[in-house]
Amino acid sequence: MAKVLMKGNEAIGEAAIRAGCKNYFAYPITPQSEVAEYLAKRMPEVDGVFLQGESEVAVGYMIFGAAACGERVMTTSSSPGVSLMSEAISYIAGARCPAVFVNIMRGGPGLGGILPSQADYFQATKGGGHGDYRLLVMAPEGVQEAVDMTMKAFDLAEKYRGPVMIMGDGLIGQMMEPVEFPEDFTPTPMNNDDWATSGMATRGTDKRNLVKSLFLDPKQLNDHNLLLKAGYDRMRQEEVRYEGYNTDAEYKLLIVSYGTMSRVCKTAIDTMKEEGLEIGMVRPQTLFPFPEQAIHDAAAKESCSHVVSIELSMGQMVEDVDRCVKGQRPVTWYGECGGDIPTPEEIIDHVKSLLKN
Amino acid sequence: MGKTFSKPEALTDAHTHYCPGCTHGIVHRLVAEVIDELGIRENTVGIAPVGCAVMAYNYFDCDFQEAAHGRAPAMATGIKRVRPDLMAFTYQGDGDLASIGMGEIVHAANRGEKFTTIFINNAIYGMTGGQMAPTTMPGQRATTAPAGRDVEATGMPIRMCELLSTLATPGYISRQTVLKPKYVNKAKKAIKKAFEYQKENRCYSFVEIVSTCPTNWGMTPLDSLKWAEDTLLPYYPLGEFKTPEE
Amino acid sequence: MALKHVIETERCKGCGLCVDVCPKDVLEISDTVSAKGYFPAVQARPDDCIHCTLCCVMCPDVAITITGSEEKTAEKTMEEK
Repeated sequence: MAKVLMKGNEAIGEAAIRAGCKNYFAYPITPQSEVAEYLAKRMPEVDGVFLQGESEVAVGYMIFGAAACGERVMTTSSSPGVSLMSEAISYIAGARCPAVFVNIMRGGPGLGGILPSQADYFQATKGGGHGDYRLLVMAPEGVQEAVDMTMKAFDLAEKYRGPVMIMGDGLIGQMMEPVEFPEDFTPTPMNNDDWATSGMATRGTDKRNLVKSLFLDPKQLNDHNLLLKAGYDRMRQEEVRYEGYNTDAEYKLLIVSYGTMSRVCKTAIDTMKEEGLEIGMVRPQTLFPFPEQAIHDAAAKESCSHVVSIELSMGQMVEDVDRCVKGQRPVTWYGECGGDIPTPEEIIDHVKSLLKN
Repeated sequence: MGKTFSKPEALTDAHTHYCPGCTHGIVHRLVAEVIDELGIRENTVGIAPVGCAVMAYNYFDCDFQEAAHGRAPAMATGIKRVRPDLMAFTYQGDGDLASIGMGEIVHAANRGEKFTTIFINNAIYGMTGGQMAPTTMPGQRATTAPAGRDVEATGMPIRMCELLSTLATPGYISRQTVLKPKYVNKAKKAIKKAFEYQKENRCYSFVEIVSTCPTNWGMTPLDSLKWAEDTLLPYYPLGEFKTPEE
Repeated sequence: MALKHVIETERCKGCGLCVDVCPKDVLEISDTVSAKGYFPAVQARPDDCIHCTLCCVMCPDVAITITGSEEKTAEKTMEEK
């Protein structure tokens, strides 16, 4: 299929439709309102549902109601909006409903800014809402990967019967890149008969379904959490995705970075390589489950003397990187979060300064 | 001479956890009778609130979802938008609907979402043990208004039917009660009318039921009926506030 | 008259709404506690019951049912056909 030049936000909207998701509820918020604007036109063309809710809180529960009927459903928002949806995400995880959330991050905290940021790492991977739930979080580095991950998200949400999040910084949503949609992609049918409130008549049964998350009996709630945990443990086994960049070389220093930030690092790594300075990078594509083993092993390389987590935040992923390196190497953070993106030159200077001392 | 009377099919056999004399039980039965009479049980999804009726799903024999506090109207919106063929109803208390869920109910009604809301107004928070609700009367005691509701500090009780009736979007808005058999029969007619409007895909339908809470009012079940009639009904007048025909 | 007024004692919470609403003063609250720990309603004067269902309508726990077949007069069966 021919490549088409598309804005990230619109590509994400189109990706949902191609993945068989015909239901989209959302609330406007910069920098991702274009998804809603695009789908407001596009969903009617495919007999899909588009609805702008009165708040992200309400939208979170429109998603829950629709998902609990066993329908594919998605919403997109940005940082403050995702904060408002975090209660719903906890409920959706607790009630075990598949749903796709997209966070095109902006600067925080509070109203923060509208420029790119990666400062929602903790919110997404350490549970923005209450209770022992985890979110499967994928972080695209560009528009094509955003499309691929969004389409994949629906299968993963149904495989694990829970919420899945695509997390891109503002640039992922705002930039335009050539992108390709798979031609012969047929979405796998949803398996929702045994649990969804799709209507007893629809299921041809006299057994009603109940979608809930309340378990007043402590043993039942503990068992329920163990059930959820088993899913998250399975994710850790089966869903870790990452990219190694220049990790075959004898690199002096290992960068860990994701999203747009990691692309800037690739340019810096290529430039340094030409100067004869080998630098490696592990780019997590899934932030949960985190590529723990890959980072541990990459840090263990003889030639590597330092690990640095480069993020558009005040250092959040660095805590997980440090946890995985297990003290083999010093682990530090570098980055900024106002909305400006560190340039390749700034990264090169920082890497060299780390290697000097 | 005389009539038969039996449990509607849409009600399960479960014994309810509601307090003795709590009128939730009556309203549950009315909704179930209407579901039976309209033959919609296999196509209905109920949405339970957070409050005493959170476990309503144990008492209705149809698909059910359990909402977060105040969010049932948003969930019902989600259902009706993706599955307009399903019948959906939210069953909510006054804390759930008129306090934390005010945004959701107003916008669902304003969009004219084609589901039905059964709103239980008993002027108190039941499940959490008797705190003040938006519908608590001036001077009425509650655990968070120990000296009685001070309207200077907390405002006047909110009349949901009147408030929703100002919305220009067509809808069916009715306030009923179940304090006496004659009222129960009228309440059932209103509930049935509400579900019929939904079945005809006509408009949003909202039935408020002035109810009692003996335990948290600190009264016997019978005194509660009397107090509700003497104190609540004058402030919450019964009747149809809006019909789509207008 | 084949109608039978039944109070399911284990469903009754002794709230008294039925006793209050009965037009024939048939019902009373029993003084023997039920398995659930309530003093249930009972038919103190069952013969006075006219099966008007007012108690059933007011019962929050569907504890009262009236079963059996209503005595069918001739034209009623015609109507029902």
